[in-house]
Amino acid sequence: MNRIDKRFRDIKEKKGKAFIAYICAGDPDISATEKLVLEFDRIGVDIVELGIPFSDPLADGPTIQKASQRALEGGVTLGKIFSLISSLRKKTDIPIVLMGYYNSVYNYGIVRFIKGAKASGADGIIIPDLIPEEADELIFVARQCDFKTIFLAAPTSTRKRIKLIAQKSTGFIYYVSLAGVTGARAALPTHISEHIRTIKHLSSKPVCVGFGISTPEQVKRLSHYCDGVIVGSAIINRIEKSLPDRPKAIRDAVIFVKNMVRGVR
Amino acid sequence: MRPDKRGYFGIFGGKYVPEILMAALGELEIEYEKAKKSKSFKRELDYYLKQYAGRPTPLYFARNLTRFLGGARIYLKREDLCHTGAHKINNTLGQALLALKMKKPRIIAETGAGQHGVATATVGALFGLECDVYMGEEDIERQSLNVFRMKLLGARVIPVSTGSRTLKDATNEALRDWVTNVRTTHYIIGSVVGPHPYPAMVRDFQSVIGKETKYQLKAIKEKQPDYLVACVGGGSNSIGLFHPYFKSKAKFIGVEAAGHGIRTGKHAAALLMGRVGVLHGSKSYLLQDGDGQVKIAHSISAGLDYPGVGPEHSFYKDNKRARYVSVTDKEALEAMKLLSETEGIIPALETAHAISYLNKLRTKKGQVVVLCLSGRGDKDIDIIKGII
Repeated sequence: MNRIDKRFRDIKEKKGKAFIAYICAGDPDISATEKLVLEFDRIGVDIVELGIPFSDPLADGPTIQKASQRALEGGVTLGKIFSLISSLRKKTDIPIVLMGYYNSVYNYGIVRFIKGAKASGADGIIIPDLIPEEADELIFVARQCDFKTIFLAAPTSTRKRIKLIAQKSTGFIYYVSLAGVTGARAALPTHISEHIRTIKHLSSKPVCVGFGISTPEQVKRLSHYCDGVIVGSAIINRIEKSLPDRPKAIRDAVIFVKNMVRGVR
Repeated sequence: MRPDKRGYFGIFGGKYVPEILMAALGELEIEYEKAKKSKSFKRELDYYLKQYAGRPTPLYFARNLTRFLGGARIYLKREDLCHTGAHKINNTLGQALLALKMKKPRIIAETGAGQHGVATATVGALFGLECDVYMGEEDIERQSLNVFRMKLLGARVIPVSTGSRTLKDATNEALRDWVTNVRTTHYIIGSVVGPHPYPAMVRDFQSVIGKETKYQLKAIKEKQPDYLVACVGGGSNSIGLFHPYFKSKAKFIGVEAAGHGIRTGKHAAALLMGRVGVLHGSKSYLLQDGDGQVKIAHSISAGLDYPGVGPEHSFYKDNKRARYVSVTDKEALEAMKLLSETEGIIPALETAHAISYLNKLRTKKGQVVVLCLSGRGDKDIDIIKGII
């Protein structure tokens, strides 16, 4: 059974919700990413999203843009990310989802990418600039090895599109909380709960919410409506603030995430 | 030819965008399909093209240049004489009318050379639409005249300091704005790039260039062209000239920017040197490294300084309908001088790339070449005054 499915099954049994943490692979370097993932596992993060840095991250706000740039300047490549996951898999069983732009996948080769990711121990992929209609080959290859394809639904998605997104998503459905790019926001739109209810009405798959979430209070409130909450930029802001002191950056991020995790318990 | 239902020219094109934009792309597609069939939309657009933008633009027989080069008869399609000084207004008028139909009170654009930014700011002023234009900091420096024009026209010019500080990152920022304000904003993409329906839609608006050329040649009893020549950045003026001749025997020649030289790595020749990839919403040839990171392009001409290219050009390249060649910064500067001195026409640096290629094109007497003179060169004076 895929680690993501297993995790959601366990969470459901405990009547809990998932906390999902996003960090950019290689920001500020690969060994920091490795430490962060292991710490996140220890403090109860349910799923880790590992960002694949890209030169033109058009769905990301300044925080993740800068994180990608730091990672790229450090020389991170897809090959290095796969090796990182392989090495993590000797130490942890935390579900790992890759998140990256389509050109990274397409350039690497769709079959080669999914086989490589799966073999390294990754459990699924989120591609913010890939809609299900353009993903036939990716889905076909992923299904053969139970590699999860997580598509995004947005506040502007019609019911028809939500149905398609839900149907093509495996593992979970990623609901984008707002019209905009990634990045911590003080306030979130008011209609999130209604949108999530619509999605849950149309599909029985887990629905997780991301984009803009930055406080334990927001995590707690959102967790009432959905199956999981995703936080990225707010964590990266903590890392960035303490750089170039890497040990401190890791410590601060872990303390911050620990508070966030409490929001779903 | 039309792209297929999913917006593909062969394997190129498609919709590679965040889900949040799908509703807006769907709306645009419906509105554009309606407009294409609507006589009143055509009347309205024709009215503005004629009375406001000054179409039809002349097809000028360049006698001196023809004599100088000693081969084919060379005609210049004078898009530089369009209102705002380049072909870009053909597209922005069309898209602004669509924005009005979609009841979007705000328009945004990316710009490199600033010609598309000016053309967007112009229709913003004309139709009372709020207008923001994204422009890389390097381009703001090298095309300062156009920055001033945009501001005078009431647009906000938003400087982009990330990445290349040129057109590529201006496009990223414009897309991020659109993702955020999609409910109130129409994004006027300035070239035949982006997700479907943009490449086909912008091409259709620019096809007025080739359509006029056809009847203007007929009107002077000239034969139809053996060669069509135009510069290619994203590729809108070239597609606009080529498209109406798709089924003819005319040979299409697209001239890319070779920057410092095509082997130096400092160029913008996506079709000649790129590999297929996905950027800014569509699949096309792209300058990228081994790991799929997009390379920073280089060209002296801000309008060609872009690592991607429109998907229909990629299709033309693969099926060999068009031939793509390249011209360096230096050659373009020489051509700018040549046209200024022989014909008294100062072309934009972008256009100068196409002109330069005429030196290499082996033509015979009796043949006909039409070159799209896509824009005028006033904007480039700051760049060239230290060089020429």
